[in-house]
Amino acid sequence: MNGIITVVGKDQVGIIHGVSKVLVDYNVSVEDINQTILKGYFTMMMRVNLANMKGEFNTFKQKLESYGEEIDISVKVQREEIFNYMHNI
Amino acid sequence: MTLYNNVFETVRMIEKEKLDIRTITMGISLMDCIDSSGDKSRQRIYDKITGYAQNLVKVGDQIEMEYGIPIINKRIAVTPISLIASASGEDNYLEFAKTLDKAAKEVGVNFIGGFSALVQKGFANGDRILIDSIPQALSETERVCSSVNIASTKAGINMDAVKLMGKIVKDTAYLTRDRDSLGCAKLVIFANAVDDNPFMAGAFHGVGEPEVVVNVGVSGPGVVKCAMEKVKGEPLHVVAENIKKTAFKITRAGQLIGNEVSNRLGVPFGILDLSLAPTPEIGDSVARILEEMGLEACGTHGTTAALAMLNDAVKKGGIMASSSVGGLSGAFIPVSEDEGMISAVQNGALTFDKLEAMTSVCSVGLDMIAVPGDTKESTISAIIADEAAIGVINNKTTAVRIIPVHGKDVGDTAEFGGLLGYMPIMALNKFSSEAFINRGGRIPAPIHSFKN
Repeated sequence: MNGIITVVGKDQVGIIHGVSKVLVDYNVSVEDINQTILKGYFTMMMRVNLANMKGEFNTFKQKLESYGEEIDISVKVQREEIFNYMHNI
Repeated sequence: MTLYNNVFETVRMIEKEKLDIRTITMGISLMDCIDSSGDKSRQRIYDKITGYAQNLVKVGDQIEMEYGIPIINKRIAVTPISLIASASGEDNYLEFAKTLDKAAKEVGVNFIGGFSALVQKGFANGDRILIDSIPQALSETERVCSSVNIASTKAGINMDAVKLMGKIVKDTAYLTRDRDSLGCAKLVIFANAVDDNPFMAGAFHGVGEPEVVVNVGVSGPGVVKCAMEKVKGEPLHVVAENIKKTAFKITRAGQLIGNEVSNRLGVPFGILDLSLAPTPEIGDSVARILEEMGLEACGTHGTTAALAMLNDAVKKGGIMASSSVGGLSGAFIPVSEDEGMISAVQNGALTFDKLEAMTSVCSVGLDMIAVPGDTKESTISAIIADEAAIGVINNKTTAVRIIPVHGKDVGDTAEFGGLLGYMPIMALNKFSSEAFINRGGRIPAPIHSFKN
């Protein structure tokens, strides 16, 4: 099962580091990263592999979101199917 | 890069444009709950609903969490109770309504539909009793929704039922007068009712439906409006194309969620209803879509044409995206539930008669309209008859959900709360329809119903 993590917020030092730390804690590997700065806003999409995740999806999601809240950016994780499904038959 | 763009488009649709799954509705057949003892029948109904639906809310919440798309309502629709209760020999079905209410509370759904009767051609014994029980049922339960089908293209219009429903609406309004006649918001009077509609208050589980099924209703007026902002000033066929593409994406989200719910509950996926269902929130309005097309206010000349195009384009976009489209599928225009409609009524742009014209091209009918509390029963009946005629002649579903707000008049505002919204009381035609309604009888099926 793959997940998509989206990160949007004011650029600052250490965002990738902070997100990656949560991934390491949950044994989630990164398969693809796309990242850019749009008018001072950090925008990143990560495709992650959840197959060997340690712990529940729910707590993993909460952990990412609370990290986002700490530094005032939006960090979300959703299952990948929703993105593929909505744009293809 | 395609995935990247898709991801951020989807995230934007969900977060900024209020894309959501409006409802997952479990349809449950109660046919095997019929019993000559009312108590036994109700016990079976309660056990069956709470058995099948025990995980509905939990699974819905879990899928919402994993996919990050809000699932606003989880609901239940059951076989029309008139069919189930009549064998009990009881002369009032209030207790059946209370059983449904109790079961709904137990499994945590906010509405349960199916306190219903199908009387398009005439009344069976149970139908009459059920209809007479509606006002009390809606005032003494919290989550039960009721519907009555009084006409169909095949059968014509049962004008005796039309007459009766005028009285039932008024009685319901009176019994719930302390809540701005809220009971009427849970009562839908249909022509050509569909068996698999997931949307309340008109959902029931038709007799030809399977034992248990999950139907999904998607929504996204905000997404359509935002998509249209990108084609400002373009010709209308370009706008239609744009709506189609957007409806496709919205429907795909619903199809995915429907499949997931069905897999996890072990219940077959019935249909996807791809209606644009507004809410009173800013940015979730069908009226604002019509205005985005170039109308100064919803309700002005041109509104019917704009709505017709919207309704058709939504269907065309959605039909390709789902394996099974059904229900009502189109654009809803409930007045009190749509921020743009409310404002159009407030500024005088939208009148009752224009709304009636709009219902001839939208997917449902005169929906959530507050009218003066002293409106005569026969006038309510005549409104129902007009709306049924539009449905019967045009081979489409139409419905009336009208609220004669007790003690209020034009100039006052009715407050229903939550998703049901609020609105100013609308003026009706002052002339009488009484002698017409008092004739009763039946308006025969139209010539084009003879297709065999």
